[in-house]
Amino acid sequence: MSADPNMQPVASEAPITAAGMMLGLRKVAVLVPGIIVFAVAFGAAAAAKGLSFFETMLMSGFVYAGVAQLVSLELWRPEWSWGAIAGIAVVTATVNARMVLQGASLQPWFAKYPKILNAFHLFFFTDANWLIGTRYRAEGGRDLGVLIGAGLTLWLVWIVATGGGYMLGALVSDPRRYGIDLVMPIFFAAMIVPLWRGKRGMVPWVVAGLVALVTARLVDGYAFIIVGSLAGAITGAFRDDAA
Amino acid sequence: MTLPDPGTWGAIIAITAMAAATYLCRISGVALMSIIPLTPHVRRGLAALPGSIVVATVLPLIERLGAAAAIALLAAIGTMILRRSELLALLVGMAAISGLRALGF
Repeated sequence: MSADPNMQPVASEAPITAAGMMLGLRKVAVLVPGIIVFAVAFGAAAAAKGLSFFETMLMSGFVYAGVAQLVSLELWRPEWSWGAIAGIAVVTATVNARMVLQGASLQPWFAKYPKILNAFHLFFFTDANWLIGTRYRAEGGRDLGVLIGAGLTLWLVWIVATGGGYMLGALVSDPRRYGIDLVMPIFFAAMIVPLWRGKRGMVPWVVAGLVALVTARLVDGYAFIIVGSLAGAITGAFRDDAA
Repeated sequence: MTLPDPGTWGAIIAITAMAAATYLCRISGVALMSIIPLTPHVRRGLAALPGSIVVATVLPLIERLGAAAAIALLAAIGTMILRRSELLALLVGMAAISGLRALGF
């Protein structure tokens, strides 16, 4: 990723500004309606599964990972053994393993900031944050406030809407009808356009896509994301011309 | 020595375990890359990573979600090429999928 030659030199190598946080808030606003419906659906499903209000809010506040939370409801039980607890932790880690690669891809940006700050803002790191941050960086942006503003906004919306969903129950009985299950896939697909670097950069993508398709056929769950992405990155690493 | 039964705390412990697992996923990629030296190979791999993640996420989802979803995602990509607006792309994609599903696809 090369620096934007048009960017003015900034006073600090590692800026975090209030203006950046506001920009992050604006960038994430597009996703807020979709996230609200997703969170309401989770809250309603958690109520139906017999989680207490406190447990539901605790999960949204501290786990804060939509797909993993929904999957965990499938494994939820009234009585817990240590084995079941270990099982739900492993499933959660599997569903969220894509975050490892997403974090790795943004590490050159984070490296300029104090470790403690990174440990803090990464708590709020999600698919939406990764997409917003990746696009912003590709356009030459360097202000970490953008990621923090977007992350805090989404976290608060997620928690409040989870509570609302728990209270309202089965109001959003079928989120599929409104295409809510496609919000993140659509956002991911749209990202292909700003990430496009011409035909030269395409080879790793094709490898990533094919490997992901094959993996999805062979392995249940979400392993295809991490296997496909790694295959693409490795292809990119060993091609002679820089992608 | 055996662990005491999780008992009434089981649900809270399960949520704590999920939170810990998720946070580890969030920080470990960043932590790992801070100890791996940025050789030209690693740099090129990292440069190819964002697009690879996007494609590896989207393609199998299209296969799983069906033809209607594929059309919706293509409509969103087309909108993005024409207008470069995530909001518009999202609206077009969701309108496409809602319409197709309402028609029974």
